[in-house]
Amino acid sequence: MLLTIKTYHHPATDIGFLLHKHPDKVQSFSITGGKVHVFYPEANEDSCTVAMLMELNSIDLVRKLKVPGSSSLLKHYINDRPYVASSFTSHAIAKVFSSALNGKCANRQDLLETPMSFDVKISVLKVRGGLPLLEKIFQPLGYIVSAEQHPLDENFEEWGSSPYYTVLLQTKSTKYLKALLTHLYVLLPVFDNEKHYWIGKNEADKLLQRGEGWLAQHPEKEWITRRYLKNFSSLSKYALKKMLDDEYEVIEEDVVALIEPEKVEKKQNLHQQRLNAALEKLKESKAKSVLDLGCGEGKLLRMLLKESQFERILGMDVSFKSLQRAKEKLYMDNMAPRQKARINLIQGALTYYDERLKDYDAAAVIEVIEHLELDRIPAFEKVLFEVAKPQTVVLTTPNAEYNVNYNFLQKDSFRHSDHRFEWTRAEFQDWTKHVCETYGYSVNIFPIGEETERIGAPSQMAVFSISQ
Amino acid sequence: MNIKIPELSLILLVGASSAGKSSFAKKHFLGSEVISSDYCRFLVSDEENNMDATKDAFELLHYIVAKRLKRGKLVVVDATNAQADSRKSLLKIAKEYHAISVVITLHMPESLLIKRHEQRTDRPFDKQVIIQQRRQVRQSLKRLKREGFRYIYTLRTPEEVEAVQINREKLWNDKKEIAGPFDIIGDIHGCFDELQKLLKMLGYHIYEVQHEEQTYYDVIPPEGRKAIFLGDLVDRGPKSPQVLRLVMDMIKNNDAYCVPGNHDVKLLRKLSGKNVQIKHGLKETLEQLENCSEEFIEEVKVFLKKLVSHYVLDGGKLVVAHAGLREEMQGRASGTVRSFCLYGETTGEIDSFGLPVRYNWAKEYKGKAMVVYGHTPIPETEWLNNTINIDTGCVFGGALTALQYPEKRVVSVKAAETYCESARPFLLDTNDPETVQKPEIIQLSAQQEVDDLLDIKDVAGKKYIWTHHNRNVIIREEQAITALEAMSRFAINPKWLIYLPPTMSPSATSELPDYLEHPLEAFTYYRKRGLEQVICEEKHMGSRAVIVICKDIKAAQKRFGIQQDRFGICYTRTGRHFFKDTQLESTFLTKLRTALSKVGFWEEFDTDWFCFDCELLPWTAKAKALIEQQYAAVGAAAQHALTDVLPIIDQAKARGLEMDELSQFYQAKASAVEKYRNAYRAYCREVKDINDLKLAPFHILATEGQVHSDKDHLWHMTKIAELAKADPNLLLATPYKIIELRNERSVQEGVDWWLELTAKGGEGMVIKSFDFMSVQGESFWQPAMKCRGKEYLRIIYGVDYDNENNLKRLKKRGLNKKQGLALNEFLLGEEALQRFVKKQPLRLVHECVFGILALESEGVDPRL
Repeated sequence: MLLTIKTYHHPATDIGFLLHKHPDKVQSFSITGGKVHVFYPEANEDSCTVAMLMELNSIDLVRKLKVPGSSSLLKHYINDRPYVASSFTSHAIAKVFSSALNGKCANRQDLLETPMSFDVKISVLKVRGGLPLLEKIFQPLGYIVSAEQHPLDENFEEWGSSPYYTVLLQTKSTKYLKALLTHLYVLLPVFDNEKHYWIGKNEADKLLQRGEGWLAQHPEKEWITRRYLKNFSSLSKYALKKMLDDEYEVIEEDVVALIEPEKVEKKQNLHQQRLNAALEKLKESKAKSVLDLGCGEGKLLRMLLKESQFERILGMDVSFKSLQRAKEKLYMDNMAPRQKARINLIQGALTYYDERLKDYDAAAVIEVIEHLELDRIPAFEKVLFEVAKPQTVVLTTPNAEYNVNYNFLQKDSFRHSDHRFEWTRAEFQDWTKHVCETYGYSVNIFPIGEETERIGAPSQMAVFSISQ
Repeated sequence: MNIKIPELSLILLVGASSAGKSSFAKKHFLGSEVISSDYCRFLVSDEENNMDATKDAFELLHYIVAKRLKRGKLVVVDATNAQADSRKSLLKIAKEYHAISVVITLHMPESLLIKRHEQRTDRPFDKQVIIQQRRQVRQSLKRLKREGFRYIYTLRTPEEVEAVQINREKLWNDKKEIAGPFDIIGDIHGCFDELQKLLKMLGYHIYEVQHEEQTYYDVIPPEGRKAIFLGDLVDRGPKSPQVLRLVMDMIKNNDAYCVPGNHDVKLLRKLSGKNVQIKHGLKETLEQLENCSEEFIEEVKVFLKKLVSHYVLDGGKLVVAHAGLREEMQGRASGTVRSFCLYGETTGEIDSFGLPVRYNWAKEYKGKAMVVYGHTPIPETEWLNNTINIDTGCVFGGALTALQYPEKRVVSVKAAETYCESARPFLLDTNDPETVQKPEIIQLSAQQEVDDLLDIKDVAGKKYIWTHHNRNVIIREEQAITALEAMSRFAINPKWLIYLPPTMSPSATSELPDYLEHPLEAFTYYRKRGLEQVICEEKHMGSRAVIVICKDIKAAQKRFGIQQDRFGICYTRTGRHFFKDTQLESTFLTKLRTALSKVGFWEEFDTDWFCFDCELLPWTAKAKALIEQQYAAVGAAAQHALTDVLPIIDQAKARGLEMDELSQFYQAKASAVEKYRNAYRAYCREVKDINDLKLAPFHILATEGQVHSDKDHLWHMTKIAELAKADPNLLLATPYKIIELRNERSVQEGVDWWLELTAKGGEGMVIKSFDFMSVQGESFWQPAMKCRGKEYLRIIYGVDYDNENNLKRLKKRGLNKKQGLALNEFLLGEEALQRFVKKQPLRLVHECVFGILALESEGVDPRL
C-alpha cells in the first residue's frame, strides 16, 4: 500500500518539519504485521512529496493476529491487506506521523498554524460503492475526489471490475496537515469495513478524539461512525450520543445502508409485524406449550416468555451460533428458575425425525420453509405435521408476488441469498391444501404487512389446526 | 440346597439385619453384581447407616439396577427387602426389562440374629429393630408368590446357608452357540404338501416311516443345515397333523427348531381343556385331529408346551420369533416378551375388516440382530431395517417361503390352491385395475419409505462408527453439531448421498531447499510402509465431483427410492448440488449415460447404476465466485498497488536516496505477483455450455452389489480410459504412471514426470498406494497423497510464499491431524458404500456420510 502526500506550499519542504521526517532520509519503522518506509520521491521548494510505503507480510498477519472478532478476510491466507489502505494504514499514520497527527511541532510552531494545499494519492483503496461513495465522504471535508477503478483481471474481461481504486484527493482550499491526517486516519478504514483489531469502547473514544471538530458536522457521520466501529450498534450509539452532546436519539434499526443497497426488506418493522401476528394466533389457539421452529436468535421466544399462557416453550434452530446468541439475548444463564423451567433451546434440523418435538400444543415456523430445498419439503411436512403434530401450526413465508415492490431486487431473485424458493399466494395456498389433505389439518391464510392491489402483502401466514 | 438362577435375573436377598445377606452375596456373586442399600447410603451421604439418606440411596439403587438389567446383566439387591413396597418397586423394574425375578430369603432364628447384632459395632441401633424386621420377613414369606416372583428360595439355618450351591442357567431362548446355516420356514398352517415341496427344493430328503401303524417322517437335511419353523404350523390348512408330525420328528432328530405361533398356542389351550373360541381355522385342525391317536395328541401337547417364545442364534446375530421381536426384548423371558413373540404389537384400533391394526415395530427397529418372522401375511417378502417377514400366506393361496441363513436367499413354493380366504386381502388382484401398479410409478419399498425420514438421534451427539476394517471412527459432539447445519441446510437429499470423498493430505514437507512439496517424500512414505508399488495420477485443477448415475429414471426410483424425475446427480465434496443449472446437469449426465451405454458398462457390470469419484474441470465451473472474490481480487489489488510503487522508488533513487534494498525487494515482489496471477489464470476458462466441461473420473466407486475397492488403481484407470474413449469431448482419461519404489530409475521417472507436469503449469500429482484399500490387518497408511507444484502452491500459500524466509516458516507445518482425518474419512466413505451396496437401511449409510462431513468441520490448516 502506498500513500503519497504532496504539497504546493512554499517552501514545500517545510512539510518535513511538520512530519518530523527529513526529506533526504529513507526511514523504516516496524508496525503490527510488517514495516513502513517513509521517503521523499521529490523534495524541492515548489513541490514536495512524502511517500509512506506500507509492507505487510500476509503470512505474519494470519499467524500473529488471531484477534477475537477479526473479520473473515484475515482468516484467509490469501488476502489483500498488504496492498490496500485499511485500519493498518491508520495504525501506520499514528505511528510514523504521530506528532503531526497530534498537532505538535516543537521546532516550527508557526507551521502548525499554516494551512497548505495537498494532493493525496492512495494506491489502492477498496471501495464498494465507488466514486459516489468516495465523494459523499470526502467532498464535505473540502476535497476534490478522483478515482481509477481497476479491473479484476485484464486477461478476463468478462469478470468485470474489482472493488479496488487508486484514489486521488486534492484539497479545494488550504488545510492544516493535522486535519488532513486526521481525515485519513478516520476515513481510510471505513471503506472496506475490515478491522484488524478488537473493537472495544476505547476505539469509540479514539474515534471521538480524532473526529473532534469535524465528524459531528459531517452529513454522513452516522454511517462513518458505524463503519468505523464495525457496525457494533451499541458502540455506535455511545459514540454518536457523545459526539452530539447526548441529544442524539437513536432509533432502533433505522440503519439504512448508504450506498450499498443491502438486501433488507424495506419496511424494517415487517419482521416485527410477522412476529406480532404469529403471537396473536398462538395466543388465540389457547396453546399451553409451543415450539418455535427455526427460532434464530430468539426474538419470538422473548415475546412468548412474556405471556404466562405458555408454560412450556421449546426453541429449535439448526444454527448452533444462533442458539448461543439466543441464549445470551434471553439471559438464559441468569434466568430465574421458574422462568428457566419454561424454556428450552435445542439444536435440530427440520428434515430429521425428532421425538423431542412431540407433545406440544402449537408450533411457530416463521420464515423458515423458504430456506429448505423444495425436494426436502416432504420430509419437513412429515416432521411437523406427522411427528410433532401440534394442534396449531403458525407458519409464515414471503409472498413472491410482492417482490416487484423491492427495487433492489433483480428479476427472479429472492429477498435473501439463502432463500431456495419464494412462493406466490397461489403456490402457498396449494401447498397448504396438500398439507391439510395429507395430514388432516384445516387452514386459514392471512396477509402480513400492507397489502397492495393485485400483488398482495409482503408476507403470508398460514394457521393450521387439526381437523376435528 | 441347589439354587437355580437364570442368567438374566433380578435377585432380591430378603432378611433382617445380621441375617448374613452381605456375606452370602459376597460368597456367590461378583462384586459388580451386588448392589447394597448400605453402600448406596454411603455413596450419597458418606455414612452407611444414615437413615435420612434412605430415599436418595434407594433412588440410586434403583437406577443402577435398571441400568444393569437394561444391559442384560444379573443383579443382586442386598437390602432387608422386608417390606412389600420396596419389593414391588424392584419387581416393576425387573418387569420393565423382562428379567426373571428371584427371591432368596435368609430367615435366621431370632436368637442368632440378636447374638450377631450384639457382636457388631457398625450397627448403632437397638435389637428391637432387628426383631421387628424379622417379623416383617416372616410375614413376607407367604406373600412372595402372590407378589409375582418367579423363583423363591428360603434358607432357615446357617447350615442351610452354608450348603447352598448356586447354579446359573442359560435362558432357553439362548442358542447363541448355534451358528447355522439355517433354513427358516414361514407360517405353514397345515399346508403339508407345500412344506414337503419346499423342503425338497432346499435339498432335504423326506422318507415316510411306518411304525406301529403310525406314519413318521425321517427328514435328512443337507450337510450341516438345520431348519427353523416360525410357528403357526396348524389351522386353516388341510393337513395340520402331518405338519406337526414332521416338525416333531425333525426336532427329535435335532435337525430343527421351532418357535410357537399364536395358532399353535391356541390349539394347546384347546387340547388342555381350556375354553377357546373355535374360530380362525381351529375347527379344521380339530376335525383333522379326530382321526389321530391319543398318544399323538399327548405328544403334540407336550411338544407345544415346550416351545420357547423365540431364539437368539449365531452369537446374537440372528433372532427368530413368530411375530418378530423388538431389540430390547431379545434374549429376555417374560410374559410380555412371549406375547409379543406370539401376537406382535397392535395399536388397539380395529380395521375395516374387523381385525386389529398391527403396529409395524420393524419400522423403528435398529437392533444389530437380523430378525426373521412371520405372522402377518404379505404378498412378497421385503427387508426392512435388517428384519424380514417371510409369511407369504401359503394357506391363503400365496406361497410358502423359506429364508436361507446366512445366505439371505429367499426360496418360495407357490400354494397349490387357496385353502382359505383371507379376511383382509393381502394379495394384489391382478384383474383389478385399481390395485395393479401403474408401470411408470415405482412404489417405494417399505425400507425406502422408512428411509424418507432419518432420525436425528442417529446423527447428533458423540458417535462411534464401526467400519468393517475393524476400526472405529469417533465423531465428537461439536463436529456433529457443525455437520448437522451443513447437512440439513445445504446437502442434497440423503437418499442420493451414498458417499462423500475423503480429504487428502499432502506428502510430507520436502527437505529440498526450494520446495515445500516434492514427490520423493511420498515415495519414501510408502516405501517405509513396505509397499512395492505406487501409482501416480496427474492432478487436475478442477473441483471434486461425485456422480451417481442410473440407467433411467425408473432405475433411479427403484434403487434410490427417490420419487423425482431424475436419473442421476452430481454433487460436491460437501454434498451440495454441483450444478446450479439443472438443465446443464441433465445434459451433462445424459452424455455420461450415453458413454456408459456405448461401452456396454451397464451389462458388463450387471448394474443399473454407477457411483464415480471425479474431478470436474475447469476450476471456474464451480469456483468462479471464489476466484473472482479471492484470487483475482488479491491479484488486482497487489498489481495496482505496486504499479505506483516502482516509479516512486526510482524517483527517490534519482534524487540520490539510498533505495537499492527497497528497489530490489519491490521488483521481486512485482515479479511474484505476476507469477501468482499467471498461476491461477492457467486454470481459468470460461464456461459457456456443456462443451466447456471436462470430467475426469478416477474411481469407479460402486455398482449394484459391488464396491470396487477390492480392485487396484490400475483397474480403475484402465476401465475409465475405456469409458473415456466413448466421449472424448466430455471425458478425460487421467494420465498415470506406476512407480516401483525399490527401483531407483523408476522413482526418478516419477520425479521427472512431476517436474514436467508442474513446469507446464499443472497442479501436480496424486500418489496412491497401488491397491485401493489402505488397510491390511493391523497396518494402514494414507490411501493417497497429493504433491503440488511450486507455482500452483503460490495460489494456496500466497504471492511470495517462496521467498526464503517465508518458505522456512511454512515448512514447519504439521500433517498428523490432516492425515488422521484423511484416513478416517476414507474408511467412512468406503463403509458408506459397502452398507449401501448391501442394501442396509439408509440411516446406516447416512451415519457414515454424516461422519465425513462432521470430520471435515475439524479445524485444519486449509492450505494442506
